[in-house]
Amino acid sequence: MKFLDEFRDGETVAKLVRAIERRVTRPWTIMEVCGGQTHTIVKYGIDEVLPAGIELVHGPGCPVCVTPLEVLDKAHTIASRPEVIFCSFGDMLRVPGSRGDLLQLKSQGADVRIVYSPLDAVQLAAANPQRQVVFFAIGFETTAPANAMAVWLAARRGLTNFSVLVSHVLVPPAIAAVLDAPDNRVQAFLGPGHVCTVVGYAEYEPLVARYNVPIVVTGFEPVDMLEGILMTVGQLEAGEARLENQYGRVVVRDGNPASVALIGDVFEVCDRKWRGVGSIPRSGWRLSEAYRQFDAERRFEVEAIETTESSVCISGQILRGIKKPHDCPAFGSTCTPDTPLGATMVSAEGACAAYFAYGRLKSVDGARRLQPSGEVGV
Amino acid sequence: MCLGIPGKVVETFRDHGILMGKVDFGGVSKRVCLEHVPDITAGEYVLVHVGFALAKVDEAEARRVFDFLEGMEQLGELDEVP
Repeated sequence: MKFLDEFRDGETVAKLVRAIERRVTRPWTIMEVCGGQTHTIVKYGIDEVLPAGIELVHGPGCPVCVTPLEVLDKAHTIASRPEVIFCSFGDMLRVPGSRGDLLQLKSQGADVRIVYSPLDAVQLAAANPQRQVVFFAIGFETTAPANAMAVWLAARRGLTNFSVLVSHVLVPPAIAAVLDAPDNRVQAFLGPGHVCTVVGYAEYEPLVARYNVPIVVTGFEPVDMLEGILMTVGQLEAGEARLENQYGRVVVRDGNPASVALIGDVFEVCDRKWRGVGSIPRSGWRLSEAYRQFDAERRFEVEAIETTESSVCISGQILRGIKKPHDCPAFGSTCTPDTPLGATMVSAEGACAAYFAYGRLKSVDGARRLQPSGEVGV
Repeated sequence: MCLGIPGKVVETFRDHGILMGKVDFGGVSKRVCLEHVPDITAGEYVLVHVGFALAKVDEAEARRVFDFLEGMEQLGELDEVP
């Protein structure tokens, strides 16, 4: 497929790896923010072809993983109601809340449906006026235009039987939380390409300045990621900290103006809890006052539900790049994708689930070391 | 979750006043909301996430990395021993 095959081409990948090898003289720790990028790295073994000393650590950018337990419990409560058709993206169905997951609820007779797009849920509401259709609106900035469009369209069509359970999270406050952690070891970031397609990267420039850290907005294919790493390493080796854009074929500085305007109309910034991390100020979106009548939490009176995470797992440290999946004694034994203990195992894009899926049960670190001369040795 | 797939716009139409289209992903055709890429025409590529086109794909920008690598190769920079 055009714009995919050429960005997965082995020869181009090899050229970029050689260019990175030529550039590196010292070890560097780089975080890829987005779960989709983590998936590419592990799937294609990008971390294994890089010069030793370049360590990729995996960031908090998996919205399915970080959706807090209490929101899942609210979803469970709403979806249990007989009048409700509860619609969700497929990846949310198997995420366990404290009372089980939505798939189990469906098997017990609840009307839980997977939709491809939030706009499909609006269609469903129009076709079923006697039922209440609720869409589980989770995601980072990438998913916000589609979710906002669904709400806007429902308002325009005067649908009174459509509502959304919103758990939107934002990337820049999460990057700041990673950098503010006292044990942070991340020296540069591969920025989230699709988030920036929507909202642009102007918001990342203050982070670069405040923390003196390079951020390179990067795409999701192997060629994109290796070029992003090459640009990042170039800055680190030169002692620079700038915002650069590797993903120019879809990302411009100010994002998509129509999307930014619609999001600003339908949503407003709020504090948000992140599963495994805790509350981060001003790190999410909720419906703005003008669209509050579409808020499923209000409509079904589940605002008061609170759940305490009782987790023995280390997903919070993995989400902040402090630890890797194999550092956890439960990884691959008591904690697997079928019986996940925490955030990073619940979705295919979580770092633990990606490591498990591609058989990364042991650490590859230490197999190769960067020699003082800068040459890669065994 | 933030998956975005490039697809070729086959046709555009309006539904309840919203710009929609049929987009081809390597032989699989999907209905996609094109409201936020208002200038799009059939034959152009869009980046699609959950049935919603986030942006038009800039073909010239997409070629940039390959031109860059070719340039380096011609200079012999990639073949030198570091």
